[in-house]
Amino acid sequence: MTLLEARNLGVGYKVPGASLLSGPRLLPIVHEVSFTLEPGRTLGVVGESGCGKSTLGRALLRLIAPTGGQVLWQGQDMATIPDLRRRRSEMQIIFQDPVAALDPRMTLARIVSRPLATFEPGLTRAEARARAIEALGQVGLSADFADRYPHELSGGQAQRVGIARALVGRPKLIICDEPVSALDVSIQAQVINLLMDLQERMGLALVFISHNLAVVRHISHDVMVMCLGRVVEHAPRSAFYAKALHPYSQALMQAVPEPDPRREKGRVGTALAGELPSVLSPPPGCVFASRCPKAADLCRSTRPVLREVAPDRLAACHFIEGP
Amino acid sequence: MSVDLAPPRGTSTFHLQLRRFRQNGLSMASVVVLAAIVVLCFLGPYAFPFSGEDADFDFISAPAAFIWPHLFGTDDFGRDLLVRVLEGGQVSLTIGFLGALVAGVIGVLYGAVAGYVGGRTDGFMMRLVEILYGFPYVILVILLSLLFGGGNVALFSAIVFTLWLTPAVIVRAQAQSLAQREFVQAARAGGMTGPAIVLQHIVPNCMSTVIVYGSLLVPEVILSESFLSFLGIGIKEPQASWGNLIQTGTAAMDSDLRLLLLPGGLLALVLLCLNFIADGLRDAFDPNDR
Repeated sequence: MTLLEARNLGVGYKVPGASLLSGPRLLPIVHEVSFTLEPGRTLGVVGESGCGKSTLGRALLRLIAPTGGQVLWQGQDMATIPDLRRRRSEMQIIFQDPVAALDPRMTLARIVSRPLATFEPGLTRAEARARAIEALGQVGLSADFADRYPHELSGGQAQRVGIARALVGRPKLIICDEPVSALDVSIQAQVINLLMDLQERMGLALVFISHNLAVVRHISHDVMVMCLGRVVEHAPRSAFYAKALHPYSQALMQAVPEPDPRREKGRVGTALAGELPSVLSPPPGCVFASRCPKAADLCRSTRPVLREVAPDRLAACHFIEGP
Repeated sequence: MSVDLAPPRGTSTFHLQLRRFRQNGLSMASVVVLAAIVVLCFLGPYAFPFSGEDADFDFISAPAAFIWPHLFGTDDFGRDLLVRVLEGGQVSLTIGFLGALVAGVIGVLYGAVAGYVGGRTDGFMMRLVEILYGFPYVILVILLSLLFGGGNVALFSAIVFTLWLTPAVIVRAQAQSLAQREFVQAARAGGMTGPAIVLQHIVPNCMSTVIVYGSLLVPEVILSESFLSFLGIGIKEPQASWGNLIQTGTAAMDSDLRLLLLPGGLLALVLLCLNFIADGLRDAFDPNDR
């Protein structure tokens, strides 16, 4: 059964009105996002800063209430799930800043065991602690860490604690909101491999939000590219990395630095020209038109729909040939 | 490497802050002096064969001659000055610490809820605080005295009623920024309810600020008690408080300075100690060099 499904999901934030008397306005961040996620699979979500990746991740868990569309959890609309709070053990989140995600005044055992108080209220204190230590063990931290405080950890250790907290309630889905971008490159690989390892052992589904295409390539089964709150391309991993179809995806690919300094030096840079449009007054046409090298008049006036351009591949661009 | 040898039992930020506070000489000295004054006020009067309200007609307006039993002499009713000052200290210190505690607890909870919930609720709650801020203090105290028929309860509630506002504003600002922190979102993803998040995440993380502010709140409460008693709205004769002792002292200032100097000096000493302690706490808890 499909684990998680988004249908035309839209999310916005309330911002103060333009004048003192006008009511609050809705600042739309995410528009019409649809996808499905099967158990044990990983969906990579990529896009530049401010494109709504993190907002989407929080809306998928209803940490932010969506302003349009639906999120279905195992076929059931999340808005209608009775007592959603107690079922949150099945869907967890890990964050970008691993230290900020841990309460500085609690020991690690308390941080990790805290969700159990809600999910399994029958547990005694000692049992909850044992479960916390077990979860810490799953992420490679010894029981010595149980009574330490977050400020005594390195970034990589803190992120492991964040993962342990997500695991303690035995989840089916973890939203990973840029889980490695605050870490050193050497630690990034450890955390990514840990996540993949846990996925294999526990059959977890992951939504992996990142701006790092190399990391997404390593961990994802499918890739979804977002630009200004809209999905512009959605494809299986290997097909996407073989040839990105949307001009925005291509620009992202070209922006990835080359690890070999000699080749990096000779590379012709193709930084995008043009301005990112304002979220408050989005353009009528394609969200990427103002920066797209291929943009034509059609792109500026009519928004391309997300359509199947090849088997299993969706893209939103007027200039991609259909199947 | 020392990092690997870290003790299995972690040290919390609070322990670190406490350790830093202990290294502050002036603050630790103030703690000792304050503790001595508190002990003296609460136990001292038992050493004398009379209470502060007993008049000794053989020694009316006796000078401070340091002769047992009237070490600092008596007032013009023949009541022992030292014992009256110590008993007045009991009242002033109790009201000071209790008032700061109650005002602090109310303010912290109110501010934490407003800051965490945000939106319209926050707007409404903070407008209420601003309205109360605008209310003239002395008039409020007189109204409350009428309501409670005067006495300690009226005084206490008037002080608490006006002094919980500032901690509420301070904590609300802190709670607002904490509510956006990722560990609060993680708590929500972990299924915690709003009240649980406020009590277990928001309030403990506001504690540094609250402790520092609370240490300044105590002298403020003692001062307002003294001020109100001085005006005659607070603690009434024959019960002593530092405020009304100072009032009697000022009346007799021209002829006999010791009636003013003893309670006034003690009050000043306590306020000084509390301010040094507040200073040390602020240095120890300052988030900038954590």
